[in-house]
Amino acid sequence: MGQITLQGVQKSFGPVHIIKGADLEIADGSFVVFVGPSGCGKTTLLRLIAGLEDVTGGSILIDGKNVVDTPPAKRGLSMVFQSYALYPHMSVRGNIGFGLKMAGLSKDETNRKVEAAAATLNLTPYLDRKPRELSGGQRQRVAIGRAIVREPKAFLFDEPLSNLDAALRVQMRIEVTRLQKQLGTTAIYVTHDQVEAMTMADKIVVLNGGKIEQYGSPLELYERPANLFVAGFIGSPKMNFVTGENAAQKGAATIGVRPEHIKIERDGAGGWPGTIAVAEHLGSDTFLYVDAGPLGMLTARYIGELSLHAGDRVSLVPDPARIHRFDASGNALRN
Amino acid sequence: MARKSTTQRVVVSTIGAWFFGFLIFFPILWMVLASFKTELEAFAIPPSFLFFHWTTENYATVQERSDYLLHAMNSIIIAGGSTLIALLIAIPAAWSMAFSPTKRTKDILLWMLSTKMMPPVGVLVPIYLIYKSFGLLDSRIGLVFILCLGNLPIVIWMLFTYFKEIPRDILEAARMDGATIGRELVYVLTPMAIPGLASTMLLNLILAWNEAFWTLNLSTSNAAPLTTFIASYSSPEGLFWAKLSAASTLAIAPILVLGWFSQKQLVRGLTFGAVK
Ligand SMILES: Nc1ncnc2c1ncn2[C@@H]1O[C@H](COP(=O)(O)OP(=O)(O)OP(=O)(O)O)[C@@H](O)[C@H]1O
Ligand SMILES: [Mg+2]
Repeated sequence: MGQITLQGVQKSFGPVHIIKGADLEIADGSFVVFVGPSGCGKTTLLRLIAGLEDVTGGSILIDGKNVVDTPPAKRGLSMVFQSYALYPHMSVRGNIGFGLKMAGLSKDETNRKVEAAAATLNLTPYLDRKPRELSGGQRQRVAIGRAIVREPKAFLFDEPLSNLDAALRVQMRIEVTRLQKQLGTTAIYVTHDQVEAMTMADKIVVLNGGKIEQYGSPLELYERPANLFVAGFIGSPKMNFVTGENAAQKGAATIGVRPEHIKIERDGAGGWPGTIAVAEHLGSDTFLYVDAGPLGMLTARYIGELSLHAGDRVSLVPDPARIHRFDASGNALRN
Repeated sequence: MARKSTTQRVVVSTIGAWFFGFLIFFPILWMVLASFKTELEAFAIPPSFLFFHWTTENYATVQERSDYLLHAMNSIIIAGGSTLIALLIAIPAAWSMAFSPTKRTKDILLWMLSTKMMPPVGVLVPIYLIYKSFGLLDSRIGLVFILCLGNLPIVIWMLFTYFKEIPRDILEAARMDGATIGRELVYVLTPMAIPGLASTMLLNLILAWNEAFWTLNLSTSNAAPLTTFIASYSSPEGLFWAKLSAASTLAIAPILVLGWFSQKQLVRGLTFGAVK
């Protein structure tokens, strides 16, 4: 079991208020991702759950029990650090087995479990190596092995893949997701890579400036962002925002439309006219950055190849059904 | 062509390294050679390098005139004792500054180092008088105490830099793995800190062994370590080169042997952090 509940969790470092009251309900077995810009408090929130920092206020419940006064060792969670944090003087076997040794398991039992975990992660040939004799990806797997072998109530990951190269990252992303589903253990995963967030998460927590902006499934956040921040943060390239008269016509202070929901017309009269500043041709997609005069720079995406180039005049027509409306304080308006 | 020039470079740099190594080592070699000469030959100009009348009589005289073993024992006790006590004080001090620093930690470290900037002779008179009133003159405990205090800042600094090198994450990982503070100390911190501890201990032993200012000024006979023993051979009645050399050779022999066997550890410790 691994149900985690945050109730009004706050954290200050001295006079600086970092986490400003977080409420969250994480269901057993789900994969929850914390995303947000750098410095928004993702790591801090994760460390509060782990018990590596003490809360300033509020409570953290694991399976219904308040753990704010429980030391990290007794919370039954395991953590994978961004730096891997392997014990440099221990072999891979020693690293993975350390938690079991601390729990007082017998040598045989420890070995059996360590070998099973190593087999799952393709680490068997490296069991007797020291961490410095491993590649980055292998070290990462050792860190994950150390986390899974203890059969914790939940895994906590702090940007575990950010030190890997792009190809390995994609591969590990899939492995981590598969492993989590297979084990059925609750996982909290911190990242600022929104592709990781969208692909791995059952639910995403968007944090900004120490506050939870929205909590929901990836598609909910994409389709119904609660405010301007979430709308701009989720989705790549970013959502286009238009203010002024065009927005007022729709009864909003700001309207937003995603690049993939804009139709590109070569010389149509309707829509928003502009001149292409930059055209990116990826083969699979074409991205146009259009200078739309008073509306500012707008981004449009076309699936496939579109033979338009910088300097060409186009007209951008937003899909009326997929326009997001926001009020003056930035909150989404629902129809 | 390129290959030839690299072999040339290797030859040149090898010769250069040996040359400078020999240059630095030469005084020690000269001292050892002089200790096997007669007093007359030790003074001779031009000096003879190897072809002289080899004799061990200086060593015999030195042992006869003063008790080498007593002074060696004093050196061991003073250097060992001051190192041990310094480590006992420095480990917790460096530990707390490395792992739970406060706003003032930097200032404290600087302040400690600043005590080493003052010339010791500036406090010689007060310390001498204090030692006199407490009956600590010419006592081993007095010397242990003063050397310990003198080296403490360096020991704390060295340990602090080593402990700082240990990533916090690793300690936190151990905590997440269910280790209590005691087990974290035994299984994770100590094994990681041992190279640093060892080189700090070695360096401090060498510093304390060779320390001459306080030992010369605060001891005469009973507690006198080897430094005082050497100094007793440069007396106003005349300089005895050969005997002085024999005494010096005897004095540095133990620490030289220790240094030789631990050189790997010493070099690793001293470059730890600088070279990964
Ligand atoms: N121990 C600390 N003392 C003081 N301030 C801290 C401490 N730890 C974090 N902070 C501050 O708290 C804020 C949030 O930090 P946190 O590490 O949680 O950000 P993050 O969302 O994980 O960012 P990133 O994506 O860059 O890792 C930052 O402004 C940081 O400066
Ligand atoms: Mg972080």
